Amino acid sequence: MAATTFVIAMSVMTLLWGLIGGVIPWFIPKGPNRGVIVTMLVLTAVCCYLFWLIAILSQLNPLFGPVLSNDTIWYLYYHWQ
Amino acid sequence: MSSLFRSEEMCLVQLFFQTESAHNCISELGHLGLVQFKDLNPSATAFQRRFVKEVKKCEEMERILRYLEKEMVKSNIVIAATKEKEMVPCARDVLELESTFEKLEQELREINRNHATLRQNLIELMDIDSLLRMTEDFFEEAESLLTYSEPPSEDSVSMTVSSHITSRRNSNSSTSGALHLSFVAGVIKQERFPAFEKVLWRLFHGNFVLRHAEIQATEELQAVRGAVKKDVFIIFVQGDHVREKIRKVCEGFRASLYSCPKTLYERKQMSNSVMTQMEDLRMILRRTEEYRAGVLTRAAEHVQEWGSKVKKMKAIYYTLNLCNIDITQKLIVAEIWCPVSDLAVVQNALIKGSEQSGSSVTPVLNRIQTQQTPPTFNRTNTFTEGFQAIIDAYGVGTYQEINPAPCTIVTFPFLFAVMFGDCGHGLVMTLFAVWVISQAESLRKWKNEVTDVVIGGRYIILLMGMFSIYTGLIYNDCFSKSFNIFGSSWCVRPMFHPHGPWQNETLHEYHHLQLNPSVPGVYSGDPYVFGIDPVWNIASNKLSFLNSFKMKMSVILGVSHMLFGVTLSLVNFVHFRKFQDIFLQFVPQLIFMLSLFGYLIFLILYKWCITLRSETAPSILLLFINMMLFDYQSEHVLLYGGQKGLQIFLVLTAVLMVPVLLLVKPFLIYRTRMKTRHQVFGNNPNDQHGTDTRSSFSHHQKDEMVSMGDISVYQAIHTVEFCLGCISNTASYLRLWALSLAHAELSEVLWRMVLQVGLKISSGMGSLMLVVLFAAFAVLTVTILLVMEGLSAFLHALRLHWVEFQNKFYEGSGYKFTPLSFDSLLKTQQ
Repeated sequence: MAATTFVIAMSVMTLLWGLIGGVIPWFIPKGPNRGVIVTMLVLTAVCCYLFWLIAILSQLNPLFGPVLSNDTIWYLYYHWQ
Repeated sequence: MSSLFRSEEMCLVQLFFQTESAHNCISELGHLGLVQFKDLNPSATAFQRRFVKEVKKCEEMERILRYLEKEMVKSNIVIAATKEKEMVPCARDVLELESTFEKLEQELREINRNHATLRQNLIELMDIDSLLRMTEDFFEEAESLLTYSEPPSEDSVSMTVSSHITSRRNSNSSTSGALHLSFVAGVIKQERFPAFEKVLWRLFHGNFVLRHAEIQATEELQAVRGAVKKDVFIIFVQGDHVREKIRKVCEGFRASLYSCPKTLYERKQMSNSVMTQMEDLRMILRRTEEYRAGVLTRAAEHVQEWGSKVKKMKAIYYTLNLCNIDITQKLIVAEIWCPVSDLAVVQNALIKGSEQSGSSVTPVLNRIQTQQTPPTFNRTNTFTEGFQAIIDAYGVGTYQEINPAPCTIVTFPFLFAVMFGDCGHGLVMTLFAVWVISQAESLRKWKNEVTDVVIGGRYIILLMGMFSIYTGLIYNDCFSKSFNIFGSSWCVRPMFHPHGPWQNETLHEYHHLQLNPSVPGVYSGDPYVFGIDPVWNIASNKLSFLNSFKMKMSVILGVSHMLFGVTLSLVNFVHFRKFQDIFLQFVPQLIFMLSLFGYLIFLILYKWCITLRSETAPSILLLFINMMLFDYQSEHVLLYGGQKGLQIFLVLTAVLMVPVLLLVKPFLIYRTRMKTRHQVFGNNPNDQHGTDTRSSFSHHQKDEMVSMGDISVYQAIHTVEFCLGCISNTASYLRLWALSLAHAELSEVLWRMVLQVGLKISSGMGSLMLVVLFAAFAVLTVTILLVMEGLSAFLHALRLHWVEFQNKFYEGSGYKFTPLSFDSLLKTQQ
């Protein structure tokens, strides 16, 4: 199981949003606002996780690459490893 | 009880209380703000109601209060703000207040009248004074003219000397000399003077001497009279009979004529008396103003308190008008809508009210069952009321249906942020919202409509800003620049020899080159861990990639949002116990949506997850269109094996759901009605009241005939709306892509054409230019990108909620609960 950055990122984010949406709601104290707060946490977790997931999955297998100007290519040749 | 998800359960309660305790009880309920009075006299017009006189009295008192406040503002008297909660007066206090108000008003009006008259007198005296002072020169001049006995006609018309003095001789006394001159003197407005002169010329053919001088405007003169410029004039003419003509002319030009004594001594005496009169008048004016200020200051201490008292009384009388007054005038019956959970509180308030009025009988609460629809009451706090307001703006929820507001708290700012998507702008927006929240009370004093809207929505703006920071980080867009925190996944070096096709000469030959991900090493295999890779910000084909990404993202988010809406309709069906509808409506809708658009999402995700050769990769749009058209020619590439079979199955399932939605429910209703009809027929021979049942049956039949048609039509409309709406609503969500593209492009334009220009200047003046350009950049960012784009994204996110999300489950045909509440009454007035 090669710990590629993709796998690490996937597990960290899933864990994070899973915590926010699935675990913390159980610890919200009982009060008149409990329902609203729990709804907010769950929906935030779902929305943000989905959005991040779409962003990372769309770049997983790119069909084409970026078009760069020759100056940029020359600069990146030396400055990005 | 999580009350915000559903509107509160309301009950209809009958109240009986005595007439004496009515005021106190209603005032207690008003302070509580939890009950809504029902109109028990709906057929009575406004003038037929019992307490219409008292309401009119209260309105008259309000008018007097407004007049008082205006006077106070005119005299710059500060109105003290009172904060205590005072007791509501009963009927006798109304009379007392009324008489106080009337007295005050009369007094004030009289003072104002006197003041005006005094001021007028002062103006006249001032005119006479300036007249007397300025006539000395003219008289001397006239005397010299007379001694020379020259006809003054030629040089009389327009001679303005710098130090003019005009004076006037008494008409009866003529001066010494051969010419018998008489004079008329007065004051006229400066703008009318040239025309006045012309008329006199025509009248006397130049046979007169006219002198005029401008009255020097002193400060006092300006304060009393205003900025009107006036001239003093004097006319010398021959003969006495022409004075009538002159008088008429002067009346026509509205010049005021004053009598002036002939001799110097008399003139001096007159001048002195005028002076003393003016002094007296000034003193009287001062005294009058002081008295007025005193009256107003004393009233100013109470005016706010009176104002709130009057408003409360008016509200109480208005409420009493809604109640039923018993014939014997001893009992008042009222019907109120009240939340079930607050019944005890209401009862306590009533007991307190009746105790205050000293009545021995406690009011009776009687809860009654009713078929009428209660009002919709959503209990909100400061945070949630903004979101509830934007839901209610579209339509107040039907009684006890699910309230989309708690979900809107997150989904609305999230969809806004998807369209706004810039973490720099999001940060500015968040800071602005934090500032508004901290200054909310002091900002409310501005009483501007726009600021009120901003203050009311401050929590919405805060959430929108916070979500925008998140989506901005994922779009990797901060004032149109990207962050490179984790290192890009794209590498340029492998494209060169020996790994890839490029040489050093390739760089010289071509201006733009494209990286090829199939060359090993160019793409590292692991995508950028948080958001869009920073290399796309410097690529010239950035939009090709981003458009594809954002369009698919919009479709995924849109279909998820709509599926969420459909699921909420399930919750509604469960609550209202319409279990039949779950199978007739919810399940077919869900299957239709999932089999078509759920499959579309699956295709998108599948295509992202597998590795394809870019030349042979099929377009998802074409795949979808061919699926609907059943077009499976061999040259079209499919994504996976078995795709054809699965797609045909899914389309057929979806198509099958349409008649299920359209026909099954009306058919079942028809069948149940036929069954009841058979039952009626079956019981008929056993029934004694044959004619009754037959007549009731035919009546029933008439109802049925109308209803069946209605039901079928309604179901057809619903089916068509849902099925066609699925497609159009999914396409509608593409505005998420469109607006985020517009925002990103505007942001980039501002950077490239404004700020970058300033940063690239190499001369010494560059720093100064940069200051100017940065100011321009900041102003344009705030007005165009934050305000304009913010409003635009707000509106579109709102539309997505109101139409695409809510038409899956929301009815919105209720009416809002408007309790009698003194707090909201006083707040709206201020």
